[in-house]
Amino acid sequence: MDFTFTEDQLLFQDSVRDFLVNEITPERIRASWESESGRDSALWSQLAELGLTGMTVPEAYGGLGMSELDFVLLAQECGYVALPEPLVHSALVAVPLLVDIGGELADQWLPKVATGEAKVVVGLEQNLLVEDAHVADLLLLQQGDSLVAATADAVSLIHNESVDPSRKLFAVSVAGEAVVVANGDQAQSLIQSSLDRGALGAAAQALGLAQRMIDLSVQYTSDRKQFGQAIGAFQAVKHHMANVAVCLEYAKAPVHRAAYSIACKESVASHAVSQAKLNACEAANLAAKNCIQVHGAMGYTWEVDLHIYMKKAWAMANSWGDAGFHKTRVANHIFTDGAALGAGATFA
Amino acid sequence: MDLSYTDEQQAFREEVRSWLEANAPAQALQSFDTELGFEQHREWEATLNKGRWGMVTWPEALGGRGCDLIEWLIFEEEYYKAGAPLRVNQNGIFLLGPTLMEYGTEEQKARILPKMANGEEVWAQGWSEPNAGSDMAAIRSTAKLEGDKYIINGQKTWSTRAVWADWCFGMFRTDPDSERHRGLTFILVPLDSPGITVRPIPQLDGLPGFAEIFFDNVEVSVDNRLGDEGAGWSVAMATAGFERGLMLRSPARFQETARRLVELYKENRESAETDPAVKEAVMRAYMDAESYCLTTYQTACRLNKGGKIGAESSTNKIFWSELDQNMHAAAMSILGARAELLPHAPNAKGVGNWLDGWLFSQSGPIYAGTNEVQRNIIAERMLGMPRK
Repeated sequence: MDFTFTEDQLLFQDSVRDFLVNEITPERIRASWESESGRDSALWSQLAELGLTGMTVPEAYGGLGMSELDFVLLAQECGYVALPEPLVHSALVAVPLLVDIGGELADQWLPKVATGEAKVVVGLEQNLLVEDAHVADLLLLQQGDSLVAATADAVSLIHNESVDPSRKLFAVSVAGEAVVVANGDQAQSLIQSSLDRGALGAAAQALGLAQRMIDLSVQYTSDRKQFGQAIGAFQAVKHHMANVAVCLEYAKAPVHRAAYSIACKESVASHAVSQAKLNACEAANLAAKNCIQVHGAMGYTWEVDLHIYMKKAWAMANSWGDAGFHKTRVANHIFTDGAALGAGATFA
Repeated sequence: MDLSYTDEQQAFREEVRSWLEANAPAQALQSFDTELGFEQHREWEATLNKGRWGMVTWPEALGGRGCDLIEWLIFEEEYYKAGAPLRVNQNGIFLLGPTLMEYGTEEQKARILPKMANGEEVWAQGWSEPNAGSDMAAIRSTAKLEGDKYIINGQKTWSTRAVWADWCFGMFRTDPDSERHRGLTFILVPLDSPGITVRPIPQLDGLPGFAEIFFDNVEVSVDNRLGDEGAGWSVAMATAGFERGLMLRSPARFQETARRLVELYKENRESAETDPAVKEAVMRAYMDAESYCLTTYQTACRLNKGGKIGAESSTNKIFWSELDQNMHAAAMSILGARAELLPHAPNAKGVGNWLDGWLFSQSGPIYAGTNEVQRNIIAERMLGMPRK
């Protein structure tokens, strides 16, 4: 029993955090809102140079061959800076799906993903729309009971604007040639595991987003003075923040457990992921609610950076399965006769 | 990361399980807040100690097994699964014991720990006073050193288990001119000393689970001082640290309550489903107990590898105490009109012991430092928010 990350995993997290915090500043995110695509190919190249686009790509395809467990801490850091680029989507969803599909498609695309030359996105029906379809070179799309692969020139896109200006969402229809890569049960199983990995990525990012909102709020309430003192010294303000801290603290281990579950193909993976997603998104939603409150009117403005993270947190809550979807999966687990519950069942 | 138990851990679990199967009382004991129940629980402590299962985390030389935190978690899981009795000497074993091992003299350890271990001496705590509750530094009870004795005067209150306990531990002001955290000394007091009056206080269930203790020129040998004179605050903080930390409430307790709650829901599904909020509350109970377990294992593994417990541990008490309240509230909702009935009432079929749990859960956010105090600690020490 060892529920800790390795020194290497923690060191890599630290170095990625340093890079992201320095590079993905709120100013840079605001600048991306002004650009047409909202995406920055120079930044993507930097992420590739750091090995991040190839982290989960098998070594045979030029990647680092790391697992979901290796990536989960990095996904938290991507959340912390509200990274607009589809790195979590690529590394946690698209790459493992391509690996599972295998064959020519994997041979053709995985090396390019590893080097950062190509981007691949996944569109599932559970998500109304497809994130970052406009910058994708290859799209893996659920179509009913099938999974199809279509290149960028074979799809037409209708942009749907999100409350979060960083999110780029598209209705995708296949206009040209698409290849069916899986059908029936095989497709269902691939869709299911993609959804689990997407939910894990959203959960991990929600943890980072919650932490960022806490940090911004601690800073703001330490600086802002009213009634002759920092407002953060008032208990009413402290308790708002303490409640977020408690909620976030108890959401972390479930997310790490979910990452382990997926990486080790544990049979509990699906409901472990659902619990992780519910816990993490609840923490991020509570962070959003309490952090805007302690910012006062400033929190309601476009100018203060809080909304960059708050809006992404709201979006995470309903991406890759909304709360209703994930609660249903947890309920199906615990209310099934003979379910292993209670003391000693967690790691059995 | 490897979330599977080692063969040794599995074997340890089997050993705990089979010992409990053979030795745990078949019939539930009376409440330890009754005279009979107290003695039954004292006997159970002796039985546990005979099997060396009383204090698994204590060193082997002191009758324990030197278990690490993972083994402790496994022990607790089997203990709660077996429905074994609550620990009447919890104040001693989990709070004072570890503090004694850290601050006590060899003579004190040899004299006190074995009798604590076998239940011969049950301990009560003496922290709070009428004007020193959340504000513990406001303690006014005094201990004056005269020769080789302290003369103690004053009053303690909310002393858990004090009605039938043999000893109490607490803080007393040894420097009459001191204020706040300074000038306090940690002293162990035999409750049969002349000059002591114990006045039981009935709790919400009507039973005297705690008491007031009055000290009228009570003489206590200086041998019963724990740590240096005037160092009481830091000794007490170590005790409160253990109390607030991992070991006060193991996840197993809440996971078993959550499991029983799921069963209760299924047994009463028809009536339970009339209120959609109940299903949500049951799911939430399961998930929160699970989060508490996962988080505790993660912390325990980190500590096992030499990590230090940080300010984030102050989130623990808020989490489990609110979880306990929420779980029992859900049970009350499921039981509906039967919820208010005492278990022996003629029409109380199927109410189990949920009402007792519900009453006790009301105390969780209050004892061991109110949750409001905990929130201040979290905001200031964990998040770094300004004190003033």
